[in-house]
Amino acid sequence: MISILLIIISAILFPGLVSLTKSKLSGRKGASVFQPYYDIFRLFKKGSVYSTTTSWIFQIAPTVYFGSIVGASLMIPFGNYQNGLISFQGDFLFFAYMLAMGKFIMIIGALDTGSGFEGMGANREALYSLLVEPAFFIIISAIALLSGFTSFHDMFTHFHLDDYVAWLFVIIAVFVLIQIALIENSRLPVDDPKTHLELTMVHEVMVLDNSGFDMAIIHLAGALKFAVFGGLMANLLISPIELGIPLSALLFVVVQMLFAITVGFMESFKARLKMTYNPQFIITLSGIALLAFFVVIIITQTI
Amino acid sequence: MESFVPFWTLLTLSFFVFIIPKNHKQLFSLVLVSAVVAMTSYWGIQVLFLGQEITGDLPLKFLESPGSLIIDKLSAFFILVVNFTILTGIVYAKGYLRPYLKTKNVHQFSVHYFSYLWLYFAMLLVVMVRDGLGFLIVWELMGLSSFLLVMFDAEKEDVLKIGLNYMIQMHIGFLFLVFGFVIVGMVTNQMSFNAMAQAFSSEGLTAILGVHGNFWLFLIFFIGFGLKAGFIPLHTWLPYAHPAAPSHVSGVMSGVMIKMGIYGIFRVIISLHTDLMWVGYFLLIISIATGIFGIMMSIVQEDTKKLLAYSSIENIGIIGIGMALGVLGIGMQIPLLAVLGFSGSLLHILNHSLFKSILFYGAGSIYKSTHTRQLNSLGGLIKRMPKSAVFFLIGAMAISGLPPFNGFISEFLIYSGLFKSLAAADLNFSLTILASIVGLALIGGLAVFNFTRIYGMVFLGSPRSNHAVHATEVEPSMLIPQYFIATAIIGIGLAPFIVLQPIQEVVALFTPVNTALVTDTFQTLSSVSITSGIMIGIIGLLLIIRNWQQKKTEVVYGPTWGCAYPSGDPALHQYTATSFADNFKQLAHPVVKTDNHYKHFEEEDIFPPARSFKSSSYDKLEIGFINKIGKYAQRIMVRFAVLQTGKIQHYLVYPLVFILVIFLLTYLKFI
Repeated sequence: MISILLIIISAILFPGLVSLTKSKLSGRKGASVFQPYYDIFRLFKKGSVYSTTTSWIFQIAPTVYFGSIVGASLMIPFGNYQNGLISFQGDFLFFAYMLAMGKFIMIIGALDTGSGFEGMGANREALYSLLVEPAFFIIISAIALLSGFTSFHDMFTHFHLDDYVAWLFVIIAVFVLIQIALIENSRLPVDDPKTHLELTMVHEVMVLDNSGFDMAIIHLAGALKFAVFGGLMANLLISPIELGIPLSALLFVVVQMLFAITVGFMESFKARLKMTYNPQFIITLSGIALLAFFVVIIITQTI
Repeated sequence: MESFVPFWTLLTLSFFVFIIPKNHKQLFSLVLVSAVVAMTSYWGIQVLFLGQEITGDLPLKFLESPGSLIIDKLSAFFILVVNFTILTGIVYAKGYLRPYLKTKNVHQFSVHYFSYLWLYFAMLLVVMVRDGLGFLIVWELMGLSSFLLVMFDAEKEDVLKIGLNYMIQMHIGFLFLVFGFVIVGMVTNQMSFNAMAQAFSSEGLTAILGVHGNFWLFLIFFIGFGLKAGFIPLHTWLPYAHPAAPSHVSGVMSGVMIKMGIYGIFRVIISLHTDLMWVGYFLLIISIATGIFGIMMSIVQEDTKKLLAYSSIENIGIIGIGMALGVLGIGMQIPLLAVLGFSGSLLHILNHSLFKSILFYGAGSIYKSTHTRQLNSLGGLIKRMPKSAVFFLIGAMAISGLPPFNGFISEFLIYSGLFKSLAAADLNFSLTILASIVGLALIGGLAVFNFTRIYGMVFLGSPRSNHAVHATEVEPSMLIPQYFIATAIIGIGLAPFIVLQPIQEVVALFTPVNTALVTDTFQTLSSVSITSGIMIGIIGLLLIIRNWQQKKTEVVYGPTWGCAYPSGDPALHQYTATSFADNFKQLAHPVVKTDNHYKHFEEEDIFPPARSFKSSSYDKLEIGFINKIGKYAQRIMVRFAVLQTGKIQHYLVYPLVFILVIFLLTYLKFI
């Protein structure tokens, strides 16, 4: 229960904090942290425009997508203190495949419009998410090997770092998870949400034709997805540190906020990768994740 | 001893298909199939749930080894899987073959239905017959009947070629099986599956095949059965034969016939008790390669049925991964991995028979109403064929392994086995397991890419050609089987324990299943079901909220955003199947060979004339491996062409020479 509340708090603060960081860094005053939610609220009140080419797939796609992420958020535990609302052996598999299900429906939703732009976006999204999948599974394998358990809760409960080498694992894992979160959410360096040319977009171009309720729920889904991945990272840190529930809760949110500020920093100072380099970049992540796995092998002394 | 007389009688009744009027052949076949399905399903359920094996004898006198017909739990499982798909196939055939009633004559129909019936009977017999010679006969029967089914459109020259290609490859597989059984016969003086267990790890085998005789004998059988199943590099017949066959036949061939190869490998594994690690690693490597190669080739296809055929190869890979993990689990003495690996593999056999048949029936419906299989000529069919679109979506999501459908459950079982045995092993094994996890994850991701592509190109967007504009929904008889399959897909996805209970019984043939482990797995799976339920609930709730919001606000319809450029044909600037696969092709070019034919624009082209673009893909393994072998074989065979003089006198001499040689050899006590 705690983790759900914390994820919701993080999701509320996340997009605003990213844009605030970017504003401050570029010397602007910046809007309120809640500005993205004012926008979403306004979208909820608006009517919608649908293309005549589209079918029911297009209509349900954003809702199913959002539902899959809500479902995924129910599985995130709160360190070694409390498990997620849903917890069973191998729940992370359901987590990964549920997110894939949401993505599947979003991709065909984009293809439903019959637009060249959206087809392009759908195609890129499909390719990047398939390339990022192995990295996520390698990291989870490493955690499973380290803890000897196969559900999010058990993994983090038995995630003790006895020697300092183990922190190396945490550093690599958090790094990889940050990158996975950025790719899953279509942020820099793979995709720039603020770009103005359709041809250079990935996620934004997929949702060109969505409006009103659907657009609002897509924005919400983006924020929630960030918080879900941030939650995984936070779990990696709060489990071994063991500060007690109140302080850990604070740490959970602080980690998320630091993540948001990092994203803001990266988007202010980094340029987007050339489109053709994206696959290389994403595949490299699997290599780095493999490094984390080897660290775990050394820790558990199977070598 | 169960009496098989009614069964043989029903089989003989199939000959009446030749005298039934053309329009009623389907009905006759349906009735006959239903009768056999009822009888064999009763046996299957009896064996699986009551646990007593059924034995009998073959009616042929010369095959008189006692107990040559045995239905054990493994056979029973395959019988039930075959029965369901065969029944849906024959129902579907009615609508699919209707246009052919005008163009094909009565004999072609007779042969078609007769082959369909005998493909079914042969598959039943393949899983029942344990005698080596009898098995080879029914195996050959299966090959011949499926060959005739593939050749339904034999007037087309390419279909004829494909049929012959299929026939030759099947016989090479057959040759390996004969070879394997002869070795078993040499070692034990008895050619049968029952003798195989004695043959493995006996001294006689070591004398013939060397120290690792077990592995080599396994390899011989693996090549024989693997040619049917479609493991790489033995898969090359599959992408040709499936598109050439009528769709109900493709559904049956891909859904259950290629699984007979898997059945054979399972049978060999039952008898195998040593050298398990060798066999396990070999199977695992080849299965991961099969899975990844199959799905990669699938993505670059532009023919719907060829795409589905390559996806079958991918699924054989997943089944093989589960099987290999089962073998490794026994070898490493990790019971958990063994049980979960075999269960996942068996469940995936059932699952694949369901979603692959629904996808092939879908592809058949598309072909029937648009007369094209080219992805680049389709589009927008969801408005014209709404029901087919729903069924195809269910099949596509299930085959991508997404919850809450059945494909997820079998992949989940295999993954669970992998993750749970990660910690319980040495370094090499940990890395092997990690490689399998990464392989499965990659296959899953590629499958999503592949099936969003086919679904988007076929059913969504605007039509890309006139073929798709004039499509209409198919007749109910083609949709009815799909209702049943879709129900099964969702049913297994939400309540997997219904089928997993019997599957545990089958797994117990390979490795002891302890109850604690089973209850643990079932508990996890019921959590999966509950979670799927919660997910559906959340989505349902959100859709209700959305509905309420839509009613409150204004909804407007308009054209798709086209960069503020209103004129022009929307179908022309849509993404095509080729462009969707393009960035993948760039990544995959070391494995997947593609060619683009087009002319570059030159600087002096001020008024460029009409241009065309063509792209095609090749199977590297086919060109580099199978065709090369074929070429070498041809080089040798061509020497024998001198014998083909065309003079009947010469041909009459050959048998005489043959008889003389045999006589001499016998006289000199060589044979």
